[in-house]
Amino acid sequence: MNGSQTSREKRAWRVGLILAVICAAAVLVSLNTGTIRMPPASVIRTFLGMGTPDDKMVLFDFRLPRILITMLAGIALGMSGAILQGLSRNALADPGILGLHAGAAFGLMIYVSFFQTMEGPVSLWIPLFTFMGGVLTAALIVLLAYDRHRGVLPVRLILIGIAVAAGFSAVTLFFSLRLEDTTYAFTSRWLLGSVWGRDWVHVAALLPWVAVLVPYALSQSRSLNAFTLGDELAVGIGTDVGRKRLLLLAAAVGLSSAGVAMAGGVGFIGLVAPHLARRLVGPMHQHFLPIAGMLGLVILVVADTVGRSLFQPNAIPAGIVVAAVGAPYFLYLLVRAK
Amino acid sequence: MLLLACLGLAVSMFAAISWGAKDMPASDVWAAVFQYNPALTPHQIIHELRLPRVLGAAVVGAAFAVAGALMQGVTRNPLADSGILGINSGATFVVALSFAFWPNLPYSGLMAVSFAGSVLSTVFIFILGSSSPGGMTPMRLTLAGAVVAAMLHSLSSGVAIYYDLNQDLAFWYAGGAAGIKWTHLQLLIPVLLAAMAGAVLIGRPVSLVSLGEETAASLGIDPKRVQVMAMALAVVLAGVSVSAVGAIGFVGLVIPHISRKLIGVDYRFIIPLSAVLGSVLLVLADLAARMVNPPKELAIGIMVAMVGVPFFLYLARRERRSLS
Repeated sequence: MNGSQTSREKRAWRVGLILAVICAAAVLVSLNTGTIRMPPASVIRTFLGMGTPDDKMVLFDFRLPRILITMLAGIALGMSGAILQGLSRNALADPGILGLHAGAAFGLMIYVSFFQTMEGPVSLWIPLFTFMGGVLTAALIVLLAYDRHRGVLPVRLILIGIAVAAGFSAVTLFFSLRLEDTTYAFTSRWLLGSVWGRDWVHVAALLPWVAVLVPYALSQSRSLNAFTLGDELAVGIGTDVGRKRLLLLAAAVGLSSAGVAMAGGVGFIGLVAPHLARRLVGPMHQHFLPIAGMLGLVILVVADTVGRSLFQPNAIPAGIVVAAVGAPYFLYLLVRAK
Repeated sequence: MLLLACLGLAVSMFAAISWGAKDMPASDVWAAVFQYNPALTPHQIIHELRLPRVLGAAVVGAAFAVAGALMQGVTRNPLADSGILGINSGATFVVALSFAFWPNLPYSGLMAVSFAGSVLSTVFIFILGSSSPGGMTPMRLTLAGAVVAAMLHSLSSGVAIYYDLNQDLAFWYAGGAAGIKWTHLQLLIPVLLAAMAGAVLIGRPVSLVSLGEETAASLGIDPKRVQVMAMALAVVLAGVSVSAVGAIGFVGLVIPHISRKLIGVDYRFIIPLSAVLGSVLLVLADLAARMVNPPKELAIGIMVAMVGVPFFLYLARRERRSLS
């Protein structure tokens, strides 16, 4: 037991290091692509404060905030999926499929309908609204999936999630048809998952959520391990099941809603990233949670870059690229699952 | 019961024709339908705008409902519906492609293309559902359908954004009967009526299969053949309907359940009753979509979802044993 534990830990570190390199490479390539090309060398030079003023402006005012938002959103979505899968003991759990994205979208729609501005410090409120939408949905889903005798049934959870998502999408569509044209165009792209945050203020809106909730989730990886074993065992080990589950669920909803607020309704990252992570480093949460976050980052950054650079002149939202890859992966899992 | 439902349909169609952005008295409607006079403006509105629209909604609603009834019967899956199982999204995706590559396709071509799309996605989903080791449980089929629908929706939107046809497709996706013209109906009605007649004809074998494949086999019916025929008819009905009004879900889910409650387990009666009730639902949904915020219109799909989602939730909660 002890021996395999340390070897697993070594493996986790190795994979983590390799992934960190891949992350860095993906970020550099992504910084490099766009209407104004910037070779990696000049990116690094600009970072060290030796670039031309033009490079500085492009990098610090345009590219950097956007890439930071993409990175943070990717981490948030990947981790949120990992937490949800651990909590529900369901390998098919994903914030998108469970309807949390639809709830978050509903929150944004309320915001857009009543405040009508995406600029300036007011946009700090956006994650709060999407979070409330997400919490509302989560509460609704859990309430509906709850069975008096057998608790929350995983199968029913997903079916109910699909239905609740359809309901919220209908309401969101209802609101979106009442918006004026430009806001409508924005929201319809946003719903498909396009990284729209461009300013430092958007980074500031997203950062606290990730900075608080990610360490919290990591610190709870032991409880997550206990949950994976089943509620009875978790109680036996001494976990306060009810309260911990609620807190972790809130953390997952918070992460996914914050990610969705800035990157749009990107589905499937929360499904694919934890799966790949578990394959790479095994089922212990302290190992695969950080890996899932990094994989989420890589997936979203690559998808965003592909969507922007391969499809010209009309860039494709990152969410579509992710769905084109993630949905087949989900189907593969579904077919293999017993 | 069937007569009562027909009466309901007649009343709701009449109401749908007379109410709208401009209300017409019932006498005008009667006159315009049976003694058409092209010189009068109200008659023209009714004849050129309202009538095709209401007829279209009625026939399409019937088609979606019958498709749902057939699918629920032969797969014994209480959650089967052309929207939930991804048939509608297959049609939408191919329609998006055809908008992008053949923008001037005539309506008959569009209908064929949309039908082909729904066949492809159905075959794909059923292969996925049945190739897994545990067999095809309703739960698995529903999940596969939902994910294929999500994927095709996002691919359709991708095509739409890339080729700048977001507006056209948004209309399609949300569903709307406003665009139906007489020329469409000329094609739509015969095809859908023929398919529905076929559905009624196989009503007896379908109800036997719905009791269990062994029961059907022991009574001398080949369950596989019935399943293939019923699914083929369902795909025709759903695919062709999507080509006319876009992807409207939940009609095929809600209506057959209600018919079964009203009339029992015999599909010879469930199918016609579903057809009539489906018409009523869609005609009323279309009316509501026009009346909520006149003169603007809301997508019918939203109106149906408002009814369908709570119903789906109710089913998913109730049928706990048969699903997993």
